[in-house]
Amino acid sequence: MAKRIEAMNVTAYYGSFKAIEDINLTVEPKTVTALIGPSGCGKSTFLRSINRMHEVLPGARVNGRLTIDDEDIYDRDVDVTAVRRMIGMVFQRPNPFPTMSIFDNVVAGLRLNGVRRKSVLEEAAERALKSANLWDEVKDRLGKPGAGLSGGQQQRLCIARTIAVEPQVVLMDEPCSALDPISTLAIEDLMFKLKDRYTIIIVTHNMQQAARVSDRTAFFSIERTGDPGRLIEYDDTQKIFSNPSVKKTEDYITGRFG
Amino acid sequence: MGDTPDGSANAGTGGPGVTTSHARVAGAALSVDVPGTPAHRAPNGAGGRGGDSGTGHGPGGGGALPRRRAFGADRVFQGLTMAAGTMVLVIIVAIAIFLIAKAVPALNANTANFFTFEGWFPNESSPRFGIGALAFGTLLTSILALLLAVPVALGIALYLSHYAPRRIGTALGFLIDLLAAVPSVVFGLWGRDFFYGPVRDLSVWLNKYFSWIPIFGGDGPFGKSILLGSLVLAIMVLPIITSLSREVFRQTPTANEEAALALGATKWEMIRTAVLPYGRPGVIGATMLGLGRALGETIALAMTLGIVSNISFNIIENGGNTVAANIANAFGEANDVGRGALIASGLVLFSITLIVNITARAIIYRRREFTESAA
Repeated sequence: MAKRIEAMNVTAYYGSFKAIEDINLTVEPKTVTALIGPSGCGKSTFLRSINRMHEVLPGARVNGRLTIDDEDIYDRDVDVTAVRRMIGMVFQRPNPFPTMSIFDNVVAGLRLNGVRRKSVLEEAAERALKSANLWDEVKDRLGKPGAGLSGGQQQRLCIARTIAVEPQVVLMDEPCSALDPISTLAIEDLMFKLKDRYTIIIVTHNMQQAARVSDRTAFFSIERTGDPGRLIEYDDTQKIFSNPSVKKTEDYITGRFG
Repeated sequence: MGDTPDGSANAGTGGPGVTTSHARVAGAALSVDVPGTPAHRAPNGAGGRGGDSGTGHGPGGGGALPRRRAFGADRVFQGLTMAAGTMVLVIIVAIAIFLIAKAVPALNANTANFFTFEGWFPNESSPRFGIGALAFGTLLTSILALLLAVPVALGIALYLSHYAPRRIGTALGFLIDLLAAVPSVVFGLWGRDFFYGPVRDLSVWLNKYFSWIPIFGGDGPFGKSILLGSLVLAIMVLPIITSLSREVFRQTPTANEEAALALGATKWEMIRTAVLPYGRPGVIGATMLGLGRALGETIALAMTLGIVSNISFNIIENGGNTVAANIANAFGEANDVGRGALIASGLVLFSITLIVNITARAIIYRRREFTESAA
């Protein structure tokens, strides 16, 4: 169910602006990897280049090599929609489809893949919602609009929607930044649970969160505004937060800059 | 208020009118108990308040709080806006009274059934006229026009909002807005003198091969038909539906579009999953605005239709008439009863538009739970 992600010399641009440069890192299956760093250091850009969402923006492009179990994601012959189905994404702000019910939101991805059988959809929706720790809260109102849920529930709904298509890798772009502490805790619990089945990469501004949920941590930074973001250090979370080998990482995690 | 030394002496009231207000204070106090007409009391009250504020000590200073001014610019503005709002009501009532007063005598003089009779002969000594054929023609041309225009408009709108490169999109959008600026009489002339040709040829072709379908049947002559009128109408309502739809499509939250793409949707699937559902109420609204325009369109249809008052689904034979076109064509030689009859038909047209609008709102309202939370 889970696959390895490998980045080799990944450089991403917005038009002529180079957002990240020469990122090299490997994410092992069934682990949680946290990407941390100051604002504008390119961690979200890197995350979005993993499922080719980066290129959705006009003028954006990626150089270098990104593989999922040794298959090049950016190969000319690869179907981009297949990449995105394999590598799901949860966004910073909960974004359920406003016109859809809770049920329709969860099965939206399956419907896009041509699944029409009601029984299959219902089964998948229940499984995904249970995995997202949301089933008990919404099982009596699956026909109600997804946008009527609380922020934390909406985010878990989005996670359910993402894992309903059974991806290999789940990318999370600051999934808790718009949520209160209790909802955040619910999502963090969920990440522990999902780790058994998926490779998870999470961007977060919250260093306690990175320390709590991740096995490995990658620290990104920039020299100054306008420079491309670089990977400064990538190691076990334990090591990054107790005994980082680069001075800049230590400065950041102790709050001396950023 | 009261910035200058001069003004601060009269704190809060400033201006030459102040002295007169002060002079009236005593009188106001005396007359308060006297129940006068509202018109009388207002200036007195104002004077009293103006006088009170005169005891203040400048802006933000000590002393008692200045009284509210009864005739501040705020009050004046409130009054003006309320008058403007009330005017709408007055105008509508006046129009309604006029229409009904003119229509009723004509309806009483009618010797045929107004709702079922298909002809329109209100100027004869025993007037006979019915709205059936006209209302039917109005609805048929309008609905046909929408059937032709809406798919094209949605296509253009989606192209402009999601596919076209920015420069082409801007240029094309401008052209479409330009189309909306063409006066309807120009459309009428164009339809009658130029577009008539190709439509007649198309009608002949349709009749030759598809006459087994009732709407393409008949023996001719062809051309000045419901089809020509509807096509011209379709071109006329195209811009408004296009530009409104383009706007709502553009407003689709990026977050929703990205959510669909991240689930592995192609661009078209993304549009189906995120853009179209989000824009649906807006598209319905735009369509209804287009329908409103089509129902009321007068001169272009008066020039392109065959002006025959009968109920027929044949859309290619010369014929067809609508309420508005009939008013334009028949008003010139109408006598008293004739004008009343036309006004009665205008009332019917008004009711049709009203029903269409209410239906549209009901459709939008039904999905309110979903669309409101989208905001």
